[in-house]
Amino acid sequence: MIYDAVIIGAGHNGLVTAAYLARAGLKVMVVEKNDWVGGAAVSRELYPGFTYSNCSYVSSLFRPEIMRDLELPKHGLQILPYEGGAVFTEGDGYLGMHRNHDANRREIARHSPRDAEAYDRYARDVLRHCRFIRPMLLRTAADPASFRPRDMAELAWLGKQMFGLSEMAMYDMIRFWTMSIADFLDEYFENGVVKAYQAVASIIGTALGPMSPGTAYVLLHHAMGDVDGNVGAWGFARGGMGSITKALTASLTAAGGEVRTGSGVAKILVRNGRATGVVLENGDEVHGKRVVSNMDVKRTFLKHVDEAELPGTFLKRVRNFKIRGSSGKLNIALDRAPKFTALPEGSPYMKGDMHFTDSIEKMERAYDDWKAGHFSRDPFQDMMIPTMIDPTMTPPGKHFMSCFIQYAPPKIEGNDWTDQDRDAFAETVLNQIEAHAPGFKSSVLHYEVRTPRELEKEVGLTEGNIFQGELTFDQLLFNRPVPGYAQYRSPIRDLWICGSSTHPGGGVMGAPGRNAASEILRDMAKPSKDMSDAYAVL
Amino acid sequence: MRAKTAMKPDPRLHFQAPLLETPFHPRTSAANRLNAWVPWGGYSTVLEFEDLAMEHSAIRNAATVYDLCPMVKYRVRGREAAAYLNRLTVRNVAKLQVGSVHYTIWCDDAGKIVDDGTLFRLADDDYRICCQERHLPWLLDSAHGFDVTIEEVTEEIAALSLQGPCSYAVLKAAGFDVETLKPFRIATFPVDGGELMISRTGFTGDLGYELWTSPDRALALWDRLFEAGALYGIRPIGSAALDMARTEAGFIITNLDFIPAHQAVREDRVRSPFDMSLDWMIDWEKGHFNGRRALLAEREKGSEWAFVGLDIEGNVSAEHAIIYHDKKHEVGQITAACWSPTVKRNIALAHVKRPYHAEKSGNLWVEIYAMRELQYVKLMLKARICERPFFKPARRTATPPGLF
Repeated sequence: MIYDAVIIGAGHNGLVTAAYLARAGLKVMVVEKNDWVGGAAVSRELYPGFTYSNCSYVSSLFRPEIMRDLELPKHGLQILPYEGGAVFTEGDGYLGMHRNHDANRREIARHSPRDAEAYDRYARDVLRHCRFIRPMLLRTAADPASFRPRDMAELAWLGKQMFGLSEMAMYDMIRFWTMSIADFLDEYFENGVVKAYQAVASIIGTALGPMSPGTAYVLLHHAMGDVDGNVGAWGFARGGMGSITKALTASLTAAGGEVRTGSGVAKILVRNGRATGVVLENGDEVHGKRVVSNMDVKRTFLKHVDEAELPGTFLKRVRNFKIRGSSGKLNIALDRAPKFTALPEGSPYMKGDMHFTDSIEKMERAYDDWKAGHFSRDPFQDMMIPTMIDPTMTPPGKHFMSCFIQYAPPKIEGNDWTDQDRDAFAETVLNQIEAHAPGFKSSVLHYEVRTPRELEKEVGLTEGNIFQGELTFDQLLFNRPVPGYAQYRSPIRDLWICGSSTHPGGGVMGAPGRNAASEILRDMAKPSKDMSDAYAVL
Repeated sequence: MRAKTAMKPDPRLHFQAPLLETPFHPRTSAANRLNAWVPWGGYSTVLEFEDLAMEHSAIRNAATVYDLCPMVKYRVRGREAAAYLNRLTVRNVAKLQVGSVHYTIWCDDAGKIVDDGTLFRLADDDYRICCQERHLPWLLDSAHGFDVTIEEVTEEIAALSLQGPCSYAVLKAAGFDVETLKPFRIATFPVDGGELMISRTGFTGDLGYELWTSPDRALALWDRLFEAGALYGIRPIGSAALDMARTEAGFIITNLDFIPAHQAVREDRVRSPFDMSLDWMIDWEKGHFNGRRALLAEREKGSEWAFVGLDIEGNVSAEHAIIYHDKKHEVGQITAACWSPTVKRNIALAHVKRPYHAEKSGNLWVEIYAMRELQYVKLMLKARICERPFFKPARRTATPPGLF
């Protein structure tokens, strides 16, 4: 049996690619090393009756075009917008976030009347940047060094987008793509807590501090998504993030595709410069006319392809691709809801993202620990309790808490993480929560700790980097993952890449997977009739 | 049980009622028979109390009361307040005497309108800005180098607009002598230990006044007006009736008739004073002001848009319709429109590309989709550019005002 495409890895992008190809009539096989599908969009029951979102934990970036094309709602996908959010401050205070514009203004005004009135212009400017980048998400980045007509046309399109901007907007755009979030926020706000809250999205998943150039873009990367047209809003996948990949799997199999779990790829077979299939760890061979890797670019080319098959420059660039681990996770089963002493009764803040770092300086200090090769002593958390909204993940009255923790280096002072390191990391996190919610620790039924070590081993993300590579400007657009190979192809014929290492990058977005499918179909001269156009930005 | 220690509510509990109630809420809610509320500037406000046609006709026939509290208010004080406001706004603040008000606009550095509003000179170095949107960062940033303090005071002031031909009569009956008060002038009156400020201003284009007091005196003021006005047919009006009256008067509203520069997501949506036909306010001789350089360049080069009044054939209102030249080329957009019961014309306010506002205004058409029993009736109606305001009664400016 020779498949039209063998996809390595049942993460969300691999499944998106597979599902589009299957719909286009290709015979598709997805191979997955774990006994379950999902990659980093996965939900497992690690404590009886409790569904976890083990890696990614919220959704906003996942392209609605994909949900619709692949009929994911029919296969069970539901996204629930979330309601509030808060950053806790020293002295038992907090700054909350509200969807309601006036409530949000009044909340900020408690901290700074000036910043309360500055928020609109800030939101306007972030939205302007979103509007510029959103049309690029579902397009293959043009190769500026190529003279092929399609690259020229794509560059012309990009030029037109730029030309549509005023001089001032162009300056702002270039500055924004390269500046630090701390500098960007200083242009709008005066209050430290307000800035700390806005800086959250600019460091998540990134081995940079809020004062590092390039972090403003990371904010945009987290703001350019939407929940049903509400740009910048985030939500929970009902039933956990695994619901996304479960729906993708159902869509794939309904279109005739196959998924094979339980054995990873040992090696990608290359014959005469062409990929012809894979050998699994259990010795089985799966043959295909093409191989599509959902693994990150380092893992794909440095661990599963013979170096001899690859050009030296390419190899060097892949080796130097920045994919630094910076984060970990605690997934906690709770016997009861935590009680944060700062929050008034009935407030909506637990129905969204919560944080304990109330200044940019503290975030930067947490990053300093990472640079010194240690996990942060006072870490930054992006904490959620999805069961405040989603009734399906735990028994009534019980809760699942997802704690995204930064910073956690791939190695502890140069050495591999030990179990003791892992437990100390967990303890730091639990103590931080306990300090704001006394009694919290006694409500913990079970928890799963994921340091970069576990993320690499279980999910396969090199160094535990959640984006399959840093989202810095030198690794974006036509330079992602490496110059000359930004169009989902590789130096080996019929070996493709479709993961977050490729444009437009990480997050549960699905765009890399869809773009890869589009390129493969184009290469086969097949019409992509089941792929709708990207929604227009009016 | 813990005793209540403070009257001021816990500021953290805003989520329980995201929209504030104005100081007049006990009265407006009692009178709001339709229970028709709309959010405005963070407050619950009345869209329509009882009957739109009655409310509108009262503006032109009797006396009406409109709750103005949500207007955003800033207090500007200090030795260099006048110099600062001259820098901020386009008009010449030096010409604004103590006890006077003028309508004005302010621009960003690119010469695009940030907002419009009224500027009150309460004392030598004490001013109040009254506007639609919030600008504290812009006002503070513009104050760099000026000896001036700027505070946001929206919640500290309760304001009512008393408008209509009988408004003077109502004030007189209520014991406020404004016989000699000219348009755009201010008078103050003592009221139970405090002060009531009355300005001869308004948003209806009719005889009218705006009354400014402290929130704790709000209900007493309301009651005094309604008691005095009973014989003059006084009634509260909602925003729907006011919107018709202001269209007849040719007045614009920020975010309805133009997108303010600091909020426009799409860069081409911003408008300059020339685009809004408000350039008559600019004082070019007073020295530098925000946007001056860009506006000088625009004066040389010409502007893209003009803001005009339209008189449209027929009687079907043309809200948000597209304007065509020769029924083919899009040349503009209507921002406000109504059948005017007062002037018996089908009127509109519109952005029109130059020169279709003047030299080439002869062949303009408005495309209306009129929803009639679940079906659109498509109309292409002839439109003629005409003078604003559409309605300008002599009683508006007569001093002493008439006792109708």
